[in-house]
Amino acid sequence: MNARNIVDKIKPAFEKGGKLGWLHSTFDAFETFMFVPNTVTKKGSHVRDCVDIKRVMIIMVLALVPAFLFGVWNTGYQHNLAFGCGWNFWGQVGYGLLKVIPLYLVTYIVGLAIEFASAQIRGHEVNEGYLVTGFILPLIVPVDVPLWMLAVATAFAVIFGKEVFGGTGMNIWNPALLARAFLFFSYPSKMSGDNVWVGGVENFMNNGKCWFAGNGLDGFSGATPLANPDGYSVLDLILGTTPGAVGETCVIAIALGAILLLFTGVASWKIMVSSILGGLFVGGLAQAFGATAVPCWQHLVMGGFLFGSVFMATDPVTAAQTECGKWIYGFLVGALAITVRLFNPGYAEGMMLAILLMNTFAPLIDHYVIEASIKKQSKKARIA
Amino acid sequence: MSNNIHLKQGLNLPISGAADQKTKKVLVPDVVALKPSDFRGLVPRLLVKEGDAVLAGSPVFADKMSQNILFTSPVSGVVSEVVRGEKRKLLEIRIKSDRKQEYVDFGVKKVDEMSAAEIKAALLESGLWPCLLQRPYGIVANPELKPKAIFTTAFTTAPLAPEVDFVVKDEFANIQTAINALSKLTDGGVHVSFSTDNACSSVLSRLENIIPHVFEASKHPAGNLGIQIHHISPIRKGETVWTVTMPMLAAIGKLFNKGRYDVMRKVAVTGPMAINPCFIETLPGLRMNEIQEFYGNVADEIRFVSGDCLSGRNIGPEGALSFMDNQITLLHEGREYEGFGWAKPFRFNQFSSNHTYFHWLLGWLCPDKKYDMDTNLHGGERAFVVSDVYGKVLPMHLFPVYLAKACLAGDIDKMEKYGIYEVLEEDFALCEYVCPSKIDIQAIISDGIDLMLKEMA
Repeated sequence: MNARNIVDKIKPAFEKGGKLGWLHSTFDAFETFMFVPNTVTKKGSHVRDCVDIKRVMIIMVLALVPAFLFGVWNTGYQHNLAFGCGWNFWGQVGYGLLKVIPLYLVTYIVGLAIEFASAQIRGHEVNEGYLVTGFILPLIVPVDVPLWMLAVATAFAVIFGKEVFGGTGMNIWNPALLARAFLFFSYPSKMSGDNVWVGGVENFMNNGKCWFAGNGLDGFSGATPLANPDGYSVLDLILGTTPGAVGETCVIAIALGAILLLFTGVASWKIMVSSILGGLFVGGLAQAFGATAVPCWQHLVMGGFLFGSVFMATDPVTAAQTECGKWIYGFLVGALAITVRLFNPGYAEGMMLAILLMNTFAPLIDHYVIEASIKKQSKKARIA
Repeated sequence: MSNNIHLKQGLNLPISGAADQKTKKVLVPDVVALKPSDFRGLVPRLLVKEGDAVLAGSPVFADKMSQNILFTSPVSGVVSEVVRGEKRKLLEIRIKSDRKQEYVDFGVKKVDEMSAAEIKAALLESGLWPCLLQRPYGIVANPELKPKAIFTTAFTTAPLAPEVDFVVKDEFANIQTAINALSKLTDGGVHVSFSTDNACSSVLSRLENIIPHVFEASKHPAGNLGIQIHHISPIRKGETVWTVTMPMLAAIGKLFNKGRYDVMRKVAVTGPMAINPCFIETLPGLRMNEIQEFYGNVADEIRFVSGDCLSGRNIGPEGALSFMDNQITLLHEGREYEGFGWAKPFRFNQFSSNHTYFHWLLGWLCPDKKYDMDTNLHGGERAFVVSDVYGKVLPMHLFPVYLAKACLAGDIDKMEKYGIYEVLEEDFALCEYVCPSKIDIQAIISDGIDLMLKEMA
């Protein structure tokens, strides 16, 4: 008996009126996960492209995998460095998995539970969007974030960031960033400072103990590159062997993801390019006027700038929708992120707020782009 | 030529089942079915009853709103059945052919000596008036209006669509007559679009009394009249233009040159399920059970489409070829499951224009590969997520998602602003094809147009 027969056999129970009819959306989600459904076109175009949202989302997740893998290793590496544990590569990976996997369990269990429940209540199909959100979220938080906080933030982001608007495709803000912003403003002590970015450090400082304490913290400085730009070489920054949020540090891993996204056309190259240009522009101005000693290009490889530009600013739902709007939106994301970094010493990472702010204004940008285009067209028509 | 209109957006579907350029036979259908639903917004008034004898050209029903618009029988014979649906809606009038094809004699006429009013009267009387479609909205033209211009196209780009040059290759004189006639109905002239491929080689390029335009565009939907008009002379609020197809121009020409209503045309039977796809010469109203030789005994597994596979109509095994169409597409009903289809790195048997699959690379390696496309939806319906997919296949200065949302909201002001006057569903067929969210955008636009018709009436 093959899998299809088994599914066909249990399917009637989940249909409307069946014994388990209240689980219809959940069943449907698993069924369509395993099998492309046998539905045929009813209206309009009789043949359809074989791409669907599942495909788009899985490419997005694949693009994040290099950053995830590197983040796992780097978590162990940073801990090893801070506590002098003397681990080899696999030891570091093992520690990283021990720290990172729970983050994933929490985001996926909490987030998907809410997604399934809300799909069930509304009688919708389960949207795939959360697969990406849930994959991004652990990569943009400090590895030591308490799991219950992460759970609360996830629930907040999914319910108030997405479901109240009507689910994936209707949301105004990027849900993963919303979760991070929620954490940042609710529990700032766990989200900033020098001690949160390396696994176990804060616990050790407060309680004198943590997992795998090794030789203890000898001359530890957990300052991220943003807090201490001179503390790390350019090579460190590009390789990503620096403290920071789990997945944001390695330029190479992010670039690999970016290549996949651009090659498959899933993310907009216009947003990526313009956001980098915006960052360079403000960084360059600040440098020219002596507001900062950090060269403008260095901002690109520090902190969450690149991760944000590649994976989060490009979220097609919350970014600008028009092609011209994407240039403006991306440029402002980059420019604002660096502005916050340079002129707000209290909070060095501006990418999150820059993207959330531009998410808010993306519809406005689109509005003016469309108005301008329509005006241009009607002018052309009058001449013709 | 420097005035060529260059369009780069679009997509040609590599679907199998192109018709060989040969005419298999002349087929006068045993029964023809006339469908008032072929015409948008038409409320028919029946003029015959079961048992009445008709000639080719005898009126069968009229437009209730303007009763001088007649719809006539393409065959001579007897009205065998009037099919009605819910609330007695008139669905089909079936006419059994007597196989003799006797025509009503409308008299040979010299177009050059006729006035606009006489030409209109001749077209209305013969039942050829409904060939003229009016934009905005794609309804049967209003004979009391004078349109800004009349548009027709000498090339098509729809999947497997028959080449215009082939289907009208013996009709040059008739088309010229029709163009001379129609150019008297407007001050803006008759505009004919060519592609760079046939601008010089086509026999139609020798037509006189036309305003030619050349499109440097080989991809669908450049052959759609909506796209062409958008680039030649966009329709603004309050303006109307008329459109007509080449095979219909030939029929109009025959009316004046021979004095008869003769809508015999070359029809391409195409699609992956068509056995030896080729042309037949037949009449609109041909029912699908008369072309069984093209699909054998598997009617249950086939979707019968009058028109092309993107914007044609699903007519079913009992259905009939629509009034305007000269193409039938036979597709396999894709009622199969596919295990982990979306997760496979490659899906060689299906086509995707999306770069998340790698057919675009394959397209370079073997550009002639064709796919047996079926009617499976390949996914579930979702909200609008991906933002730039429509723009890549719609060569118009429009914002399709915004227009669709305005239609969904029923916001007339916004629909107007985003260009509802310039579009028909068919222009969005490719958007619908490529949409990863599987949104029925043609239906959305269609509902929007219906709403406009209702509100603006």
